[in-house]
Amino acid sequence: MSDYMDGNMLAGKLGELFAVDVTAAVGTCVSCGAAMAIAQTRVYPHAPGMVARCPTCDAVMLRLVRGPDRVWLDMRGVTSLQVAVPGD
Amino acid sequence: MAALRDETATARTIVLDVPQWPGHLPGQHVDVRLTAQDGYSTERSYSIASASMDAKLELTVQRLMDGEVSPYLTQTLAVGYPLELRGPIGGWFVWDPDGGSDPAGATAPAAPTPVLLVAGGSGVVPLMAMIRARAEAGNRAPFRLIYSVRDPSAILYGDELTKRERAGDGLEVTYVYTRSAPPGSSVPTGRINAAVLTSAGWPVEASPAVFVCGPTGFVEAVADLLVRVGHDPRAIKTERFGPTGGQR
Repeated sequence: MSDYMDGNMLAGKLGELFAVDVTAAVGTCVSCGAAMAIAQTRVYPHAPGMVARCPTCDAVMLRLVRGPDRVWLDMRGVTSLQVAVPGD
Repeated sequence: MAALRDETATARTIVLDVPQWPGHLPGQHVDVRLTAQDGYSTERSYSIASASMDAKLELTVQRLMDGEVSPYLTQTLAVGYPLELRGPIGGWFVWDPDGGSDPAGATAPAAPTPVLLVAGGSGVVPLMAMIRARAEAGNRAPFRLIYSVRDPSAILYGDELTKRERAGDGLEVTYVYTRSAPPGSSVPTGRINAAVLTSAGWPVEASPAVFVCGPTGFVEAVADLLVRVGHDPRAIKTERFGPTGGQR
């Protein structure tokens, strides 16, 4: 099936919430332990909101629903997020 | 909206004057929001085609037959219309002409890392931004573009690619035609295969940075082939777009 896109498309919506670009951060999948840039997740945009799945095991890593006046973000499928920051 | 330029029968470049544009890295995109008079609004993501140093921001939009936004952007929109943009966005599928593909820039390599770009259809747009940015920055990283298109009439930026390739400063372009090739084409008609990636790409030992952009099925197939011929999966960056509802 190729009815999915990828985490690159989450950048604008996540950018409404976070000061750093979360799509370039490395997330670890709760289900299988695979680590990948959030940009590399498989994103299914046709659900009510966007569902990002692990490219290795297909578990749901992140869900994002944008309402008219609020955003719901469910990241229970991500154990950790590793964000590159400028060095001291 | 500062200007419009037809690229093919179904693709158009939209040139925008963006006040206080902060600059961008090639590969980044913008979200375009359209709002109807009744308040209904919808948003699409489009890759930036221009290099950061360009004064104007350029997007190339492929018209989708059943699209909600692309017909408006490619047919209705006229010079002078305002557009609502958010961006630049996306920090992963980017190539930094000032620091290779490593945004941290921790180590300055002795020789620039070669770059392999693989485009499927309008997936060439963000890769074109990389080619333009490379030229503008005077970056000498050797670039190879493998560009899969249906037939010659579907090529975006064909004249410019030819001109840039003839400049002889390290850009090589190989077209792969999926339906019909012009006479004299060096590559057999059909999908990109391992032989094309090996002959028109870089040897695995060159450890190139690889960027693949196109429809989801194309990206999956090419990324799998690249790994199979021995490229490091960590060096392969991908961007997919869907037939509906999404990017481009």
